[in-house]
Order: sequence, then C-alpha cells, then structure tokens
Amino acid sequence: MTEKKTSKMSRRRFIKNSSYAAGGAIGGGFLGTVLSKNLFGNNNENQGQKQGATNNESTNYNQALMYFTRQSDFEILSSATERIFPEDDNGPGAVKLGVPFFIDHQLAGSYGRNDREYMRGPFYPASDFQGYQTRLKRHEVFDVGIQAIERESKNQFDTSFVDLEGEQQDQILQKFQDGEVDLKGVTPTTFFELLRSATIEGAYSDPLYGGNNNMEGWMMKEFPGNYMSYINEIDKKDFIKKEPKALRAHIAH
Amino acid sequence: MATTLDKVEVVTVGVGWTGGIIAAELAKQGVQVVGLERGKARSTEDFQHIHDEYRYAIRYELMQDLSRETITFRNHRDERALPMRQLGSFLLGEGLGGAGVHWNGQTYRFLPYDLQIKTMTEEKYGKNKLGEDYILQDWGISYEELEPYFYKFEQTAGISGEDNKNSAPRENDYPTPPMKETPITKRFKDAAKNLKLSPYHMPSGNLSENYENPDGQTINQCQYCGFCERFGCEYGAKSSPNVTVIPTAEKTGKFELRTHANVTEVIYEGGKATGVKYIDLQTGEEFIQPADIVVLTSYVMNNVRLLLNSGIGRPYDPESRTGVIGKNYCYQILPGATGFFEEEKFNTYMGAGSLGASVDDYNGDNFDHSNLDFIHGGVIAITQTGKRPINNNTAPNDTPNWGKEFKSQSIKYYHRNLAVGVQGASIPHRNNYLSLDPEYEDIFGYPLLRLTYDYTEQDRNLHNYLTEKSAEIMKEMGASRVEPREISDHYSIVPYQTTHNTGGVIMGGDPETSAVNNYSQMWDVENLFVVGASAFAHNGGYNPTGTVGALAYRAAEGILKYREESGQLVKIVNDRKHA
Repeated sequence: MTEKKTSKMSRRRFIKNSSYAAGGAIGGGFLGTVLSKNLFGNNNENQGQKQGATNNESTNYNQALMYFTRQSDFEILSSATERIFPEDDNGPGAVKLGVPFFIDHQLAGSYGRNDREYMRGPFYPASDFQGYQTRLKRHEVFDVGIQAIERESKNQFDTSFVDLEGEQQDQILQKFQDGEVDLKGVTPTTFFELLRSATIEGAYSDPLYGGNNNMEGWMMKEFPGNYMSYINEIDKKDFIKKEPKALRAHIAH
Repeated sequence: MATTLDKVEVVTVGVGWTGGIIAAELAKQGVQVVGLERGKARSTEDFQHIHDEYRYAIRYELMQDLSRETITFRNHRDERALPMRQLGSFLLGEGLGGAGVHWNGQTYRFLPYDLQIKTMTEEKYGKNKLGEDYILQDWGISYEELEPYFYKFEQTAGISGEDNKNSAPRENDYPTPPMKETPITKRFKDAAKNLKLSPYHMPSGNLSENYENPDGQTINQCQYCGFCERFGCEYGAKSSPNVTVIPTAEKTGKFELRTHANVTEVIYEGGKATGVKYIDLQTGEEFIQPADIVVLTSYVMNNVRLLLNSGIGRPYDPESRTGVIGKNYCYQILPGATGFFEEEKFNTYMGAGSLGASVDDYNGDNFDHSNLDFIHGGVIAITQTGKRPINNNTAPNDTPNWGKEFKSQSIKYYHRNLAVGVQGASIPHRNNYLSLDPEYEDIFGYPLLRLTYDYTEQDRNLHNYLTEKSAEIMKEMGASRVEPREISDHYSIVPYQTTHNTGGVIMGGDPETSAVNNYSQMWDVENLFVVGASAFAHNGGYNPTGTVGALAYRAAEGILKYREESGQLVKIVNDRKHA
C-alpha cells in the first residue's frame, strides 16, 4: 500500500537524522529516547540508536512536557515544526534543535497566557491591518490549530499528520497559511503565523530556552551569540567566524 | 479615596529623556521636582544579561505591559478601532529611562526647513502644493533660536559625529568624534560619492570614546557588541537618561523619583493644572500630588491621552477641522532597498545602534521639488546595528517564509545582504489623528487612546522616489541583486516599522492651530508643559530624539522662566496671516 511505503521512507529518513544526533550532538539523548519512540512508535529499528544515545549522553530532564497533556498533540507539533524548519545540508531541523520543547515550555508560561497583552473584550472581526483579535490565548490557539491539522490530515489523506509524507504535510500546512481551513475562534493564518514564528524563535533563541540545541542553530547561521565586544574586529574586511557563546557564560561560578 | 500629598513645586509624568532633562535642569537650580514613573527602576546593573534576543527583541521585556493599557487602531474614520493587543508596528517603552534605554542612539537635528515648513514650502512652491487636506504648520520657532538647545542635548548625551554641508548648520563640533569606519559604512560612502552625493558618519549616541558630560556624568566607549535597539547597554556606553540626566537630578538632592506611579489624570481647576492623580501599582493606593507646575513627559501617546482624559484643551475634530489635541499625528515613511551579495560576506553580526553612514541630499528641501508630487524627503542611510538571528531572515522576495528553501536561503544570505533605508518625513493629514476610544478602556476604567492613521498620496510618492534613490546607491555598492522596498496598501499595526510616533500636542505660534508654544507651555493652561515628540507639528526626515532633546532643554528654560514671570511666555503670532 502506498501509504505504508511512504511512512517507511520517512522512517528511514528519520533514522538517518538520529544517527547524526547520536554521533555527538547533545540532542542525541532527546532523539533516542523521546522522539523516535513518540513519532514513529517503539520499533526495533530505533532501538540501537536509543541505547547508544542513552549510554553516551546524560539525560536532559528539561525535555519533558510542561504544557501539552497529550503526547500525540506534541508529536503533531513536532512534525509541523520540522517541515517549517527542516533538517538539510546546513544542519539540524526544528526537532533536533529542541524547538518542540521550546514551544511547549513557552506555551506554559507568560507567552502562552498572553500575560502582557491586552485581552479585554469585546472581540470583533478585524481588518487585515488591525492584528491579533481573538479571545483565545496563544496556548488555546495552538490547541485548536493542532487539532485542526490532524483533522485536515485525516480528511484529505485518511492518515494521521505524523505519518504523512513530507510533501503531504506541507500541503496541509500551506492550507493553514492560505486561510483555507475552518478554525473555531481564530483564523488559520493567525495560528500558522504563530507556529511559524515560534519555530524560528526556538531555532535561534539562546539555548537557555530549550531550543537551539547546543547552539547548532547559531552555528548554521554563523551567528556567534553572546560576545561582549567586537571593538577590535568591527573594522576588519574579511568575514570573521567565531565559536558561539551562550548566556550561560555570564553566570558567575 | 485618594490621599492628597504635600504640594511640590514641579511634578513630571514619566521619567525618560524629557522627564530626566526637566528634572536635572530644574533640580540643578534648586527647584524641587517629583518624577512619577509607572515602570520600575533600572540601571546598567540590570543589563548584564541583556544579550538575549528572544527575551528583549521578540518578547519585548523592556516595553509597555499592554495588559494594563494599550491603544486602539483603525485606518479610517468610518471603521471600528480595535485594540492593539500585542506590540507590533511601534514599541512603547515603560520603566525608568523610557525608550531612552532601548533606543539605537541615532541623534540628528531636524532641518531649518522643518521648523518653518509651511512658510518655506509656500514661498517656493506656492500655496497649494499638496492640497488642502494636508496640514502644514510652522513650529513657532526658527532653527537659529533652537540651535543652542540641540547642542545642549548633544553635550549631555556626548554625541559622536561629524558635520555635513547638507545637515542642519552647527555652531560647535560634536562633543566626540565619529564612530569607527567599517567595510560596510565605507562601501556606502564610496557609492554615494560616486553618485555625487555627500555622505557622512551617522551621529551616534553610542559613543566613540569615553566621555564626561558637562554635568560630570561619564558615558563609556561603545564596544560594538551588536545589541542596542530593544536592549539596554551593559557598558553604559549608549547614552541614556539613566546614565546622564537622572543621576544628575538625583545628586542635587532636590529630585524625588517615585516608580510604579501610574498617573491617570491631570487635576484641572480654575484654568490651571493643580496636580496629578496617580495609582501606586504595587499597592493599588490612589494619590493626588499637588504641584505648582505640571510637566507631561511621557511618550507621545500618553501625553495626548492624559490631556483628553483630563478634559484639558480642545480635542481635534477632523470633520470641522477645529480643536488641537490629537491633531497632526505623524509617523515615518520607510523607503529603502535591500542588496544581496553572492560573492561576499559581511560582519553584520557586529555593530552598534547608530553605527552607520548617511546622506542628506534628498532630505528636507535640499533638492528641488518643483516637478515632484510630494514635499520633503528623508535621510538615506546604511546602518550596521548588529543582525540577530531570530529577527533577520532576509532572503530574496521570491523565497517562501518557511520550509526547505526558506531555511537554506535565509542562512545563505544572513551575512550576504545589506540594506539602505530612509527615515522619510511624514506630513500631517486631516484624517490622521488621535482621540479617545468610545468603547475600550484600560484596567482602571479610563478610555484608551484611539489612533486613526493611513498612508497618504504624499507618503506614497515620497516612498517611491526615495526608494529609487536608495536602490541606486545599493546598485552602486555592487549588490548582485537589488530589491526595492514596497509600501503596503494600508498602514498596518502588525509588523514592526518604527517607534517614531509624533504629534497630538503640537507647538506653533497660534493657539487656534497649536496646543503649546515654543517652550512646550500649553496655550490654554499656563502652568502645564507638555514635552516631547508630541509637540512636533510634523515628523521630519530623521530619527526624532535629537529634536526631542532640544525641545526638552528649551522647555526646562521656559519652566524656570515661568517660575519668575508667570503668564504666557510667548506672544501669540497668528499664523493664519500666511494663509
């Protein structure tokens, strides 16, 4: 059957990814123990990676769910972020960078609860120029949006989103960006824009937030992170590539 | 019940650049000043972990908490305004030092043309260059009169820069020399010279060397770390109220700062302001602070809103075109061009907020507008402010904003794109204004301020012309591909554009058409001074802070004068005689 075949192909691609991680990146523990199991089931093909990773890396206890209550929702989120920011020749994609955990953790805090935003009513439909006008808070927008991704996936392909081929996942996501899905309480474009921007934020924010694993997001972009001074380099003609530094370096020991 | 406190000589509402300047100048002369600031105290010590793009530049930690108060927005008068629920188009500041903490430091002087824009435009191009829906007004003061106050602010802030023949004339050199030349600024200057333009190093509030200002405050040398705009400076190397005027005010012993003090109303009795009402945000207690002189020194939006919510002054009505409070709201137009360089990489992750190079050849009336369908122009500049990775994913226009191609292109061009941009002047239009919202309220039950704003024909024409000029420079810089910026169908409150909002309590020579005189003293209420970019009769082609600083020093002098003389400090000039 076609669908099984594509599903296997994506599994193979995923295994390639996890060996990359287990080969040295800090994301190995996360990938081996959590993701391979969650996204693709606890199958034999992944066991080797899982054990290898567990043996070589200390467990990152930060990589657990703060916001999502159903692991299946988190897996849909993970697959979607990976399509928005995929692994490629430059380096890891959203999943290996820890972006899904970044988003989960953000949704549990002031970002997810819109603490510093005006959330008083009444709520009216807005023009395209008036911005966010839903009574839903961000965490609720993600709930509604993720459920709709799964619903659309089943309607269109009769398959769960996480089991779709990449191009099929893109088709679903594109419908959200284009506003072609019915959502309750929020426009699909608002949800997609939140998902898209949160994914990029997770890829490139300081690793203290749980994304940008091992500063690999920064490495791809050759962004050196947190240096205190470039006064002796600012006038140099050639591009200067530097080892990245994170804010952790600022904590006095 | 509000508790009434002991009367003080002067109370300021907000303690940023303008509040800090007023406090320092008055306290140095022995005047007792209370500064009410609704945010928290903060200083260089609070900025040691500031290199965090997510926290400060994306989640806006230093900005206003909109859950308490925001504005509402609509493009047109016949629309329903809706709340700006999240920050976007502009970033309102909050906390000690205000936006002076997280600005970039680009410190220009408005041109002589700006201050007499109506007279000079009409003299040269006749009375109906733009049509009657635009509201051109002189500022009620000439550049020559304002020049010493520009310098005063530059001395306080230690501005690093160099003179240029097309900029406003200077009586004195900048207090410190320009910042470093970099391959990027040099590239821009060489291209500009090839095009017969006159480039200069951008005047900077990130200082080129250690500097002690006339008040004895030290500002340190900039380290070019690339975290300025939206951040505080961990070195005290970006000039801010917190390292200059606020400590100057504090060391006099005459200045009392009260933080978490959210002013809700100006008390207005018998034609005078008798004090202000505020809420202590930590306890919820309400206080009345009586004062001889009240000075509004909050941001543009709140200066206007406080007057409207206090029933002071005549609200502007766009239909009858009467009234002044809320009139002449302006923004800034942002033409420009992006260049992609296939073969080169630049150190764009390094930089400083006002590290850059500029040309004024297409600013003000420095070029002939006889055959053009707009007036004014703007400074064209390149900046090297430090590109951070979340906010900078520039890729050629045909690239999607997510997925495989997005990722590879945004990574590829991260260090391979440069932009030339313009601070385009914004000319007032009768339909662009500030008023109270009829429906939405803040947490205390006061109406929110309503912004009605859209781009005009003048804006579009200016945008297109200066975009073309920017693209010429970028092409001359050798970009493999040049993409001109586009102006959207309507102004949108969503994407960040600029925090250069102006107007609403504008200055001028005639109480019929302006709210304050050239000392920022209200025509209608002689002991109430309203200071800041709210006084701009239009927005010029530069970043506004240099001009805001000049007006604040002028206002401080006016307040001292008012203490001696009382009454209106400026004779009324009826500028309708020009009409």
